Amino acid sequence: MNTKINLVAFYTILRKEILRVLRIWVQTIVPPAITMTLYFVIFGNLIGSRIGNMEGYTYMQFIAPGIIMMSVITNSYGNVVSSFFGAKYGGYLDEMLVAPVANATIILGHIAGGIIRGLLVGSMVTIIALSFTDLKLTYPLVTFSIVFLSSMVFALAGFINALFAKKFDDIAIIPTFIITPLTYLGGVFYSINLLPEFWQNISLFNPILYMVNAFRYGVLGSSDIDITYAYMVVGIFIIILFSISLLLLKKGTGIRE
Amino acid sequence: MKALSIKNLTKIYSNGFKALDGIDLTVNAGDFYSLLGPNGAGKTTAIAIVCSLVNKTMGNIRVFDHDIETRLEEAKMSIGMVPQEVNFNTFDTPINIVVNQAGYYGIERNIALKRAKEYLGELRLWEKRNDNARSLSGGMKRRLMIARALIHQPKLLILDEPTAGVDIEIRRSMWKFLRSINNNGTTIILTTHYLEEAESLCRNVAIIDDGKIIQDTSMNSLLRQLKQETFILSVENELTTKPKLGDFECNLLDSQNLEVIIDSNHGINELFELLNSQNIKINSMRNKSNRLEELFLKVVDNKKKHSH
Repeated sequence: MNTKINLVAFYTILRKEILRVLRIWVQTIVPPAITMTLYFVIFGNLIGSRIGNMEGYTYMQFIAPGIIMMSVITNSYGNVVSSFFGAKYGGYLDEMLVAPVANATIILGHIAGGIIRGLLVGSMVTIIALSFTDLKLTYPLVTFSIVFLSSMVFALAGFINALFAKKFDDIAIIPTFIITPLTYLGGVFYSINLLPEFWQNISLFNPILYMVNAFRYGVLGSSDIDITYAYMVVGIFIIILFSISLLLLKKGTGIRE
Repeated sequence: MKALSIKNLTKIYSNGFKALDGIDLTVNAGDFYSLLGPNGAGKTTAIAIVCSLVNKTMGNIRVFDHDIETRLEEAKMSIGMVPQEVNFNTFDTPINIVVNQAGYYGIERNIALKRAKEYLGELRLWEKRNDNARSLSGGMKRRLMIARALIHQPKLLILDEPTAGVDIEIRRSMWKFLRSINNNGTTIILTTHYLEEAESLCRNVAIIDDGKIIQDTSMNSLLRQLKQETFILSVENELTTKPKLGDFECNLLDSQNLEVIIDSNHGINELFELLNSQNIKINSMRNKSNRLEELFLKVVDNKKKHSH
């Protein structure tokens, strides 16, 4: 593998992805900002004021990290799946496939684009959250590392979804039927300590629970789970999803007959 | 030096369709080579396999002696491809499309920008460099794909019907451009439906049908296989009756147009001598149909008859 070719190719893919996000900002940046503002207004402000404190924090403070993480996850995923599937559908993925770009570079370039969009939207949602409540970074390193790694997990998942997708409907199935339910059940709006023991145990199989709680720990200093597990879960997912992506690209699944 | 060597290339799609049935093909460096065949013959599949866009079922491919199994990176660096369908992001600009493609080959942006200016300029697209690619005409889109394929200065350029749907003026200018890059040393493989294009540009030709190579020879020797040609002669003086032209079969189409069939046993000079002896002056002369087209249809037809 030629390092120089792949470094330039990585920069090219990343640059293209960033320009794409900025070019279609009305689709990529504005909708999550509006949606998350509505979450803060409805759940945090209107309903939250009647709920009272949760785990020692106001309800708005409690849900803010989860909502930020939710925006990062969905946007990282959405960026990669739509961009890569768009390239596949439009035929311009061939531009990369005919070139001597390593499969790992194609994956890394696209997931870096997804991470940047995720972090961009996450930063914007954080600014919105700060207009509703006070948030302090208790553990900045935990906060930044877990948000970065979680974003990577979902960007990789989006990449795999795009490889398998044959039509535009296929890129909406995973977010609708898997990611959204797991996010809502992943402790964004509640502490799993409120659940009966059986459902608490079931919740522990939800990877998003670990990401949300680790992020909440970084911001508030409070978590339902040990954050060491969170890093382990996220790390394992990254290794598995990256390996699957590499294998699928090598086989040409969804891109080469 | 062989630019491309294909041995026993076979492709069976997942639905069981055998697109390529053990084809062998060799293209020498510097050649202008044409791959002809009816729709669905396997041309695009063969090209797509060479360019790593389709997985082969069996066979061996070497590009400038780089085996695509073991030295894919070097093989890819040597190839530029212009596909049949428009396959760039139509929401992007021509300059971005070309410069990004250079990036995938490891060419730094400042160098890529200089080359983009050169190629987009030569292909008369520089003025359109910042337009939305969607707004380009069909001919411009084709030329943009040629510029994109050349940006990494490949030694082998593969064009899959590059002039389909392009008007005659642009087609001729593209021929001129392709001839010039071939003269500068780039090997070119061309598939086309315009057989006069292949006849005009290419030195060697292969005909593929039903996934098999049925002819692989020089253009001249292929055309020599044509046993007879039909010419339309435009005469200066009006003719009222069909002239007597010896062994040449002829028909008077109208008072000023004469159709003459010349077989391989008779030279065209013989015909002109006969016409001169009868004081018939010729203003112009043209083939009734494209020579290669006639031959192509015969070769494909013969192959079908033999297979039945």
